[in-house]
Amino acid sequence: MARYRRTRSVALGDRVFHAALWICAASIPLLLLAIVLELAVTAWPAITRFGWGFLVSTAWDPVTDTYGALPMIVGTAVSSLLALLIAVPLALGVAIFLTEFAPLWMREPIARLVELLAAIPSVVYGLWGIFVLIPLLREYAVPLLQRAFGWTPLFAGTFYGNSMLAAGIILAIMILPYISAVAREVLLAVPNDQREAALAMGATRWEAVWTAVLPYGKAGLMGAVVLGLGRALGETMAVTMVIGNRHEIGLSLLQPGYTMAAAIANEFAEAVTELHLAALFEIGLILFAITVAVNAAARLLVWRVARASAAGSRAL
Amino acid sequence: MSGTVRLAAPAGSPEVRQAESGKGAIEIQGFDFWYGRNHVLHDITASVPPRAITAFIGPSGCGKSTLLRSINRMNDLVPDARHTGDIEVFGRSVYAPGTDLVELRRRVGMVFQRPNPFPKSIFDNVAYGPRINGLCPANELPARVEKALRQAALWEEVRDRLHQPGTSLSGGQQQRLCIARALANDPEILLLDEPCSALDPIATQRIEELLVELKEQYTIVIVTHNLQQAARIADYTAFLYLGTLIEFAPSHDLFTRPRDPRTEAYITGRFG
Repeated sequence: MARYRRTRSVALGDRVFHAALWICAASIPLLLLAIVLELAVTAWPAITRFGWGFLVSTAWDPVTDTYGALPMIVGTAVSSLLALLIAVPLALGVAIFLTEFAPLWMREPIARLVELLAAIPSVVYGLWGIFVLIPLLREYAVPLLQRAFGWTPLFAGTFYGNSMLAAGIILAIMILPYISAVAREVLLAVPNDQREAALAMGATRWEAVWTAVLPYGKAGLMGAVVLGLGRALGETMAVTMVIGNRHEIGLSLLQPGYTMAAAIANEFAEAVTELHLAALFEIGLILFAITVAVNAAARLLVWRVARASAAGSRAL
Repeated sequence: MSGTVRLAAPAGSPEVRQAESGKGAIEIQGFDFWYGRNHVLHDITASVPPRAITAFIGPSGCGKSTLLRSINRMNDLVPDARHTGDIEVFGRSVYAPGTDLVELRRRVGMVFQRPNPFPKSIFDNVAYGPRINGLCPANELPARVEKALRQAALWEEVRDRLHQPGTSLSGGQQQRLCIARALANDPEILLLDEPCSALDPIATQRIEELLVELKEQYTIVIVTHNLQQAARIADYTAFLYLGTLIEFAPSHDLFTRPRDPRTEAYITGRFG
């Protein structure tokens, strides 16, 4: 009898557990849907008022209640791409060095140190940006850049400190550990027989990395880069502290700019009119959509490359 | 360790010079090898004849793969590896200071236990060596690839799909692709580390036939677990046991009249 009851209670436990798991699994897409709905509903006044024009307008004037998101969209794109431009070569370099060239005793400690960069709070990066990076840029880097590239619109104008350049560099440092950690995992997963095959054919160690190891890990490396991009797009605090927060689109990286995340964080508390709040929510919706699109595009890319390199298409 | 680089006479192919000098294509001289404190090869001295198949046999862990990988210095990759003694390939020390590893490995091709084609097309796999070593202009690549694939008896099977991935081939075909990849480098010596252990009997037979054809032009050294394989295709067989070279003789002699009781015990299946 006791045994019978225990079996029954186990079966009941099974059902409860089953249901609990279902609720957990279902809550994720439901939560996602709820967020989208909430964003859309609150943003609705701005959406109906400005229509598609919101995406291409550069006006942002709480006094007259006219809003446009283009400077922030451009700012997010430029700062993230600048960050990738700086971080990807560095991160891949770190990953390649740590998996292929560094003395064995040094590999783990350095990898841990790089990963430690990811543990630093965003606001601390922001402070470091204001008190260390920007003075360094002002004293040394920008004069050099202007002397070399001052004739291009990219480095034209006066450098006041808070700028797209500072934001891009801070972002680069922040996403570097993510890219290099994933890239390192990817390179570690490349079978040794690929390296041996290349070396036994008379490849130098560098040629083996370049012609055998990297092509083999191409899909995963691309995934690492996109992971970094995803983080850069959404990063808020540090960027807000150094980018200058001006609703302007400038060609020059020395000018201040704005990002979507920074605008939301900065203005949310001060948004008094319903339309201002709605505009900020619409920016949130756009940021959400862009992030989803980037992730989807990345998945597609990685999936296609993965299929190709698993099958080893001629494209490689 | 002898540190002299002996420059060969300019005339004649390395094999011809070697045959004339009466020395082996590969001369292993008092070679000892350690992984860290693990002494895996003890005072090996052997002379591998040119244009013949030489098999290294012995129980697992006897050092036969280590010895093979010492010839093209693939063991350099292993941390804490060290050696004493020397190995000469066609009269030139491979461990001499200043040895050009790239050139050594071009001349001494290697095929591994598991087929390891690159995730590239069949063509690009075979063209890999000529490309990185700059062996021929780009417009001669197709001919070179075809020649290597023909030598590896793979051409007829892949001629219509050179741009398909090398990894799409069957295991046996992949291994022949790896042999073609090694041959495209125009090597003089081919080292094979248990090339058939991952293959079925029919694929194994094809590789064996191929090796017998290739020995007309190349010096072949094969490590094998399969005694029948050694007996079938090898002209010479070396038996290693616990890191020591016990016996090195023409295969027929070694398998029918072993001189050492340990060789006899091994080939009759009493251990290993």
